[in-house]
Amino acid sequence: MNEQEARSLLEIADDELILGWRDSEWTGIAPLLEEDVAFSSIAQNEIGHARALYELVARERGATADELAFDRSPDEYRCARLVELRLLDWEKTIARHVLYEEADAARLERLKQSDNPEVAGLAAKIDREEAYHRMHAQIWHERLQGESRYVAALEELRPLLEERGAHGPELTELWEEMTMVRRSQPAGTAW
Amino acid sequence: MIYEVFRQERKGQPFQHAGSLEAANQEFAESYAREFYGRRGESEALWVVPREAIVEVEDFVDELNRNYHRVDGYSLKDKLRRARERAGSALVARDR
Repeated sequence: MNEQEARSLLEIADDELILGWRDSEWTGIAPLLEEDVAFSSIAQNEIGHARALYELVARERGATADELAFDRSPDEYRCARLVELRLLDWEKTIARHVLYEEADAARLERLKQSDNPEVAGLAAKIDREEAYHRMHAQIWHERLQGESRYVAALEELRPLLEERGAHGPELTELWEEMTMVRRSQPAGTAW
Repeated sequence: MIYEVFRQERKGQPFQHAGSLEAANQEFAESYAREFYGRRGESEALWVVPREAIVEVEDFVDELNRNYHRVDGYSLKDKLRRARERAGSALVARDR
């Protein structure tokens, strides 16, 4: 695995971890219980994907998945602006879900062609789960596509998909919460 | 809309009622059913059915008490027991 590939895997892992966190903020407060379970499950899958990707990169770099996920500073994360936003409007959450899944599908398709069999294999495995996320995104898209608030949310969020590098204050806030417990003990503590 | 979900645990086994869920349409119902009853490898297949498509029958009129129509109309158990006893004693008698 070359540095370019490791960086690109880390980018995807960061996207999945941060989006997984944001999606999990709907646990317990989604519009109906069935959706609560479904969306929480998607959030958990995304974090699972992040873990698998971090593990691949961590092996290359002589680190652990946890260190990559939690011990970097917020400005070192390579996630897109889109995933770090705290969105407590359902139409915006679904718009982000739809935009992300579409872009993620294209990205996974490229990764599945990787010369590195481990990367290609993991991409294929992740894609089999993402297929259900895409179905979920698609039925919501069909249901909301006539709603002006949803259409506006898609327009508002679409440009943030490609924005990487510069983070907003939301990521720092999220990072502080995300790593609070881990930082409460000296580095290297075995949990 | 309420959907009823039936679950087949292993190939060839009968589908059994798993539970019900609320969903806006058939597509959502499928997606939710997968999350509720299929995600942990606990099902071979699911039937997802709108509750209103289910015809419930619960009145079984038997005004004249024709109990011979019912599976418990004759007490087969007692008859079998008596037959077995007879057969048992016959066997014992023959052995002598």
